[in-house]
Amino acid sequence: MSVGYRALESAALGRPSKRRRWTRRYGLATLGGGIIAIWVLIAITAPLLSPYLPDTVDVVNRLEPPSWTHWLGTDALGRDVLTRLLYGSRISLTTGFVVVLVSAAFGTLVGGIAAFARGRIEEIIMRVTDLVLCFPPIILALAIAAALGIGTTNTIIAMLVVWWPKFSRLARGLVIVQRSQEYVEAAHVVGLNPSRILMRHVLPNAVGPLIVLVTLDIGNAIITFAGLSFLGLGVVPPTPEWGSMVAEGRELVDQWWVASFPGLAILSVVLGFNFLGDGIRDWLDPKSRRR
Amino acid sequence: MIRYVASRLGLSLLMAVLATLVIFLIANTVPGDPALAQLGDVAASNKEFLAQFRAKWGLDLPLWERYFIFLKGLSRGDLGISIATQRPVLEDIAAYAPATIELATAGFLLALLVGIPLGVFAAVRRDTWIDHAARFISLIGVSSPTFWLAFIMLAIFYGGLQIAPGPGRLDPIALPPPQVTRFFVIDTALAGDWSAFHDTLAHLILPSVVLAATTLGLVTRTTRASMLESMQQDYVRMARAKGLRERAVMISHVLPNALIPVVTLGGLAYANLLSGAVMTETVFSWPGLGLYTFRSAAALDFPAIMGITLVVAVTYLLINLVIDVSYALLDPRVLR
Amino acid sequence: MSRTAHSTPIDAAPVLQVQGLKTHFFTDEGVVRAVDGISFSVAGGETLGIVGESGSGKSVAALSLVRLLDESCRIVAGEVRFQGRDVLAMTTEELRSLRGGGVAMVFQNPMTSLNPVLRIARQLVETMVVHQRYDVDAATVRSVNLLGRMGITAPGRAIRSYPHQFSGGMRQRVVIAMGMSNEPALLIADEPTTALDVTIQAQILELLRELNRDFATAIILISHDLGVIARVCARVVVMYAGEVVEEGPTEALLADPRHPYTWALINAVPRLDRHEPGARRLTTIGGTPPDPLNHPPGCRFAERCPFRIEQCARHPDLLDVGPGRKSRCWVAQAGGTLAGHRREASPAMAQSASTGFAQTHATLLARGERLLEVRGVTKHFPVPRQGFFEPHQVVHAVDGVDLDVAQGETVGIVGESGCGKSTLARLIARIHAPTAGSIVFAGQDISNASAATIRPLRRRMQMVFQDPYSSLNPRMTLGETLGEPLRFHGVTHGTAETAERIAEILELVGISPRAVRRYPHEFSGGQRQRISIARALAVRPDFIVADEPISALDVNIQAQIINLLVDLQERFGLTYLFIAHDLAVVRHISDRIVVLYLGKVMESAATDELFAAPLHPYTRHLISAVPIPDVAAERQRRNLPLTGEPPSAIEPPSGCRFRTRCPIAQPICTERDPALAVHHGRHEVACHFPGKFS
Repeated sequence: MSVGYRALESAALGRPSKRRRWTRRYGLATLGGGIIAIWVLIAITAPLLSPYLPDTVDVVNRLEPPSWTHWLGTDALGRDVLTRLLYGSRISLTTGFVVVLVSAAFGTLVGGIAAFARGRIEEIIMRVTDLVLCFPPIILALAIAAALGIGTTNTIIAMLVVWWPKFSRLARGLVIVQRSQEYVEAAHVVGLNPSRILMRHVLPNAVGPLIVLVTLDIGNAIITFAGLSFLGLGVVPPTPEWGSMVAEGRELVDQWWVASFPGLAILSVVLGFNFLGDGIRDWLDPKSRRR
Repeated sequence: MIRYVASRLGLSLLMAVLATLVIFLIANTVPGDPALAQLGDVAASNKEFLAQFRAKWGLDLPLWERYFIFLKGLSRGDLGISIATQRPVLEDIAAYAPATIELATAGFLLALLVGIPLGVFAAVRRDTWIDHAARFISLIGVSSPTFWLAFIMLAIFYGGLQIAPGPGRLDPIALPPPQVTRFFVIDTALAGDWSAFHDTLAHLILPSVVLAATTLGLVTRTTRASMLESMQQDYVRMARAKGLRERAVMISHVLPNALIPVVTLGGLAYANLLSGAVMTETVFSWPGLGLYTFRSAAALDFPAIMGITLVVAVTYLLINLVIDVSYALLDPRVLR
Repeated sequence: MSRTAHSTPIDAAPVLQVQGLKTHFFTDEGVVRAVDGISFSVAGGETLGIVGESGSGKSVAALSLVRLLDESCRIVAGEVRFQGRDVLAMTTEELRSLRGGGVAMVFQNPMTSLNPVLRIARQLVETMVVHQRYDVDAATVRSVNLLGRMGITAPGRAIRSYPHQFSGGMRQRVVIAMGMSNEPALLIADEPTTALDVTIQAQILELLRELNRDFATAIILISHDLGVIARVCARVVVMYAGEVVEEGPTEALLADPRHPYTWALINAVPRLDRHEPGARRLTTIGGTPPDPLNHPPGCRFAERCPFRIEQCARHPDLLDVGPGRKSRCWVAQAGGTLAGHRREASPAMAQSASTGFAQTHATLLARGERLLEVRGVTKHFPVPRQGFFEPHQVVHAVDGVDLDVAQGETVGIVGESGCGKSTLARLIARIHAPTAGSIVFAGQDISNASAATIRPLRRRMQMVFQDPYSSLNPRMTLGETLGEPLRFHGVTHGTAETAERIAEILELVGISPRAVRRYPHEFSGGQRQRISIARALAVRPDFIVADEPISALDVNIQAQIINLLVDLQERFGLTYLFIAHDLAVVRHISDRIVVLYLGKVMESAATDELFAAPLHPYTRHLISAVPIPDVAAERQRRNLPLTGEPPSAIEPPSGCRFRTRCPIAQPICTERDPALAVHHGRHEVACHFPGKFS
């Protein structure tokens, strides 16, 4: 008995169009990118979009539920939640980007040098990395922030100290893989010096997974900073910031809008970064190219 | 094997000592007067107290001598006095710990018992509804700030639907069970107090779900990715070529290899649970270390913060040690 | 003992019948017709070989036979009958019972075929238990017997071990044991020895022959290596672009091929036993196999075929061209034979027109100036420790090697895995610094010199690497990769001069200069290797170290690259250090050969002398282990199997390193390590009893 019917089946199935395949694979990533782009826009144009000022206290209208005058309601001091939300994006996004990009740059360099220099230098660098990684990040950030005092800058510094090791570790791992690749050996035979080989040959090829981590991690940084603010360590009141807004509303179960909306904002931004990061990871993975 | 454990233990001890150094440096290179930070405004205004404190911790001595005094104090269990409670920090921590351990265990179990099967099914039934559901759940879990999720859960299930009990470990009017282990779940059972037992469990549900959320997301994703990778291996194809049933292939060949990376997640999971505990306990008024941390942070209670950090770090090192050893037990290639 | 595939009593009923099998991949870019209508049959107890290069579809065909395909791959037409039963119509349960029961499979990579977290016992027993032939206890006992039968020493202990504790050869024996455990009627082995060393390969092939003889198990052996097929298989099927292009008894097919592709395969491979002095180039055809997404309408080989006629625009059928012989070729079907049919003038064949250059090269050789002098070079790598309490261990990668290379010479370094040849290459090219010993290049001691001192010398010494996929930076265009050494060494100044020189070199290696803006992934393996050679040539070096430059390429492409290397050498008076594990290739290209074993030189001599009269027992066994694609020649050779496994490089044997496997070892061999000494002329050997065999 022949299996000729299989041939018919495969002919009838056809292949989904190129556009639909692309959507299926990268649709979420584009959505994520869109969400981020929207929030960045909001952060830049917050004053233009907000109906009120973020610091305007209006005790008479405190704890108003969402209405046409206050789309997202007002908080315990009568301030418009929507306005504070829009302004809050500035702090959250900025801190997220700054912490991750700076620590990624530093961590990658350190990790790359460690892997390339080998021997003593590598040992020392990795021991320091391990030491910082001994502490659960938020606890250590907490300790440092407490030591330095409240304030956005101090909290960012605390987070930077805690954040760079994971990049260092990843970069080291990636460079170790690359350094035994034959094209690196070839560059060695050509006579190029190690720093040039590291910069020009190795790092550009190791950068893929790092980009994925950076993208995914910005979301983490935003959550962590908001968390520290929630605990009272991040921003100085009355600066509008999503974490501290949730803190202000955490006991107001009945006036749910005060705490819910800022958290939703965080969720949406972080989802955006996660979608985008996953998409980039899939794009870089050669194995995901089959049907 | 013994040698492996011994050398790992040695490394952990070294790290623990270095961790104390880090804590010490943070505490003592604070801008401003460390005595003030450690005592708080009220106590520091008492000149005699201040002098006593300075003498005890040798604040006039050079830095490295102070470090040794600090270490000596540590060996006696002296982590300083909490400014807020005016009790030794270690005592505070011991008092608050059981509640957190109970909550964290519940959260951890939840994350594993739901996360691993979810990840496995998502991988086996790739691209079906269960895969999409699993990915959706884990995505939400990983992307939600814990403090917000805690609030939302409380608002919806307690405030809105009113099917869950409120904050706290027990009803406000209930009496805590006789203290045996200080784990309420065990103690109420031991005492035979079944209504209190139910009450305890009811109060445990919501916070443990919240706590488990982030870790669940992580576990599901890692399990799924690891399963997919394991399914592609040559030895899986070999198993099929030998004529094994598909279930046997999955259970005997794919799963054991796939679960190894998940075990190593344990350390990361613990870190997640800890930071999550701080937020969750705060929102649920759960009298554990997390709440203690929150109050200490809010009050800038320096000794408490440093004490907590140290204890947490040491526990973290211990857990990573256990994970390393488990890894060696599971993967025969580690020991060669 | 005869070493050719001989006739086992063959049952009349065929064990396997394949008719018009088509297996297609459904990818985003289109339908890949991996297997496009193949038919053959295997009689009971017969040994059939399937030969083809990458892309021929042979592996997919093997997987199709037991329907072990990935999701994206489907059998779309044809018939497969095992002992008369229709495999393609089987239910899941019937199929499961077939796999590992009636039909067993052995795959290429022994390192990944076994589950790393399960003990060997478990993996053997589960095969037998699932087919309900034995219970667990009986299966365990039988496993021990099977392992012993497959040649594993101390099988009782091996049973309780984990796969990572075994070498590649031993793991393959375990896999074969798993396959044989249910006494299958058919064993399908897909490139079972490709990943193994030559001497281990010889052991495994011998094992397969014994199994075929003792158990009357039919064997389908898939390989790209005609020598391997010649040693084991009685009949051969040749595949190209998803089709069978020739079929016949091995001996007849190899002596007198009836399809141009078979002819090309046979002639592109250097012969270990035959060597025409002066004939340094191999017959090769140009081009690459057709795109599997888009097969040409006529004969699929026509594009590359030196015997092409007009009729080849129509697709030929597979027809009889002799007793038991079939061919898919219009020329062969018309009665023409190809053996003497060497068409010289076809532009598709790479030819040397450089007799003038050959003269210069010969003069250079005659002068005999020393370019490289290596004395006692040693390299030990520290083994990463598990913890504080583990002792420090080192891998003795290279342990006191002496080597001389004269200008214009090609010195071949040959040895199996772990012999240290790759490390030696990297020491000479100063990628690593030696732990001890001296390396003198062009009169300068570079052993421990600083990078700055060595830098000017790097212009004179360059290297070509093994893996075409990782030896080029994937993020740099062709122009950037080639331009970098030029600019760095100041060979050219300015963009225009650099571009001109790049174009010049690309022409030399046979790549179009218009490709300078392309990235490596846009080129094929063979082309990338040419680019690697171009990079090495760019700075006009005197000396090129080639570390297995052709191992990762198909047979025809290998021949092209060899010819290219020979051309370049004659033209520019280059000196080569050619490292390879393929003895036939090394013989073909080298003037002198150095044999390495476990980090030490065993023997060093002029090529012809080494093969005519090897003095070291290892050399002798090595030569004997290499299969020759000629059944008659194989029959006449003496079979000298090398038993055992290579010892560990971390704890090498005391005294002579080869003594653990040496058939003529004496007590002195354990006590004293024989030094490399001159035996006569320029023939050196490190042995206490050189030439005293049996």
